[in-house]
Amino acid sequence: MLILEHVGVQLGRRSVVQGVDAAFAPGTLTGIVGPNGAGKSTLARAMLALVPATGRISIDGDAVAAMPRGDLARRIAYLPQGQTLHWPLTVERLVGLGRLPHLAPMSKISDADGAAIERAMLRADVQGLRTRIATELSGGERARVLFARALAVEAPGLIADEPLASLDPGHQIDVMELMRAEADAGALVIAVLHDLTMAARYCDRLLLIDDGRIVADGTPHEVLTPDLLRTVYGIEARVESGGDWPTVTTFGRARP
Amino acid sequence: MTRFAPPRWTLIAMLAALTLIAAVASLLFGAVDLSVARLIAAATGGDDEVATIILFDLRLPRTLLALVVGAMLGLAGAGLQGYLRNPLAEPSVLGTSNAAALGAVGAIYFGIAELHPAMLPVLAIGGALLSLALLFALSGRSESPLTLILAGIAVGTLAVAGTSLALNMSPNPFAAMEIMTWLLGSLENRSFQHFWIALPCIVIGSALLLWNARALDALTLGEDAAQAMGVNLRATRLRLLIGTAIGVGGAVAVSGSIGFIGLIVPHLIRPLTDRSPSAILLPSAIGGAALLTLADLGVRIIPTTNELKLGVVTAFLGVPVFLIHLMREKRLW
Repeated sequence: MLILEHVGVQLGRRSVVQGVDAAFAPGTLTGIVGPNGAGKSTLARAMLALVPATGRISIDGDAVAAMPRGDLARRIAYLPQGQTLHWPLTVERLVGLGRLPHLAPMSKISDADGAAIERAMLRADVQGLRTRIATELSGGERARVLFARALAVEAPGLIADEPLASLDPGHQIDVMELMRAEADAGALVIAVLHDLTMAARYCDRLLLIDDGRIVADGTPHEVLTPDLLRTVYGIEARVESGGDWPTVTTFGRARP
Repeated sequence: MTRFAPPRWTLIAMLAALTLIAAVASLLFGAVDLSVARLIAAATGGDDEVATIILFDLRLPRTLLALVVGAMLGLAGAGLQGYLRNPLAEPSVLGTSNAAALGAVGAIYFGIAELHPAMLPVLAIGGALLSLALLFALSGRSESPLTLILAGIAVGTLAVAGTSLALNMSPNPFAAMEIMTWLLGSLENRSFQHFWIALPCIVIGSALLLWNARALDALTLGEDAAQAMGVNLRATRLRLLIGTAIGVGGAVAVSGSIGFIGLIVPHLIRPLTDRSPSAILLPSAIGGAALLTLADLGVRIIPTTNELKLGVVTAFLGVPVFLIHLMREKRLW
């Protein structure tokens, strides 16, 4: 269980996240949605103690701020935004970096680590790319390889920041289904998302963030209402909520 | 595109063999060439007095210094390139080698170097440590590589300015000449005393830099991802700074400024590995040892009227390496 109590983040003089209270349970896929600059990524980074935060953030009772980095790394895998990759590693080597939190000092990758790397590559469907150089892949291939790197950690938690960016619709569905499967297998999965219909279709719960605060927190049906979308995103949208999940069709900017 | 790289231990064994060949050649050849038989006789306590003096007083300390200084420069270059994620980084980017040079120049300028042969290297190491304190003060608690580079430029520029001032103000042309000669970098006339001063610095520096191996790999994915994989960025940076300052400071203290080894060796090694920063560290150390030993051998066997300085040779070596990279970048082959 990941619990946030009165969490705030100050970056410079700006309050980016304020008064956030939320709890995330294992076995659920939560989508964090909201406009650009709402504080979604900062909130995700605060959960991993990557930015100093006020209030309290804890996993199974242990405060993340006081936890040794290695411990936290084994409990939550993190897929950052932006596909950063500084050296031209092969795909296999890159996915293998996901095992770093598990390696004892001076030890080498074990057979168990190798098996975890294979599982991650299989699930993200990148085994065919294993000897390719990751910096030479297409944006979509690279996104899947980096996702495999996060899966290779095999942590009970996963926080993914915009994992669908630069993916075509087919691969967006693949990644969402992977996260769904992770959650169904008992993992705690949190994803920062922009595609509301995708979020509605796969997430158990959505957190709608605006200006650093939680505006709505609930099932996709509860959160994705035309009124809330108008206030938060400033858009006119039709929400069809007849099916299993609501679908959002946007028309244009809301008139003031 | 896929690529082939030799298995890691094959690469290390090949580089070690090359280093051994370079070291033996460095013992054999010079102003007076020794035959293998004379070398063995001298090494095993035979009564060839000339060979014994050449071996133990001249060539052995010089060879050992070339090995450890080269290893340190190669390793520091690889460690810095990995940490800064910039293939153009080299040991002098933090300004510590310039600061060490300033310490040495100060020792010459104020005549302290004449008091005892150990004074110059000791002051040089002092200069490196002082620059480290300055680096910490300037870059503060920030973890970004950019602040570190900017602080390094500030420290390095200050040290270069101080060195220029010493040259400018030197009381006579001989003092200026002595400073210039030292700055060009050389391993000539070094004794075991120099080796024993440099060795502990280099051992400590290397250990700290090698300790960073995994953190450097994690940094391939950026700072956030590295931290989320359990890397303590502050400790990583501390090891990098202290390791580079002490190790490179110790190396510059006995050899003078020798550029480009730290820059080109990782470039030569990288294509032979899986390109991860950790895979380059140890091979760059061995490769640096081999390259500097060979360069120092070149200094001795290339016939010139004035002795060729080691720093000059390594600078010339740097040019073709970068031309090759430039051509690859422009896809000329």
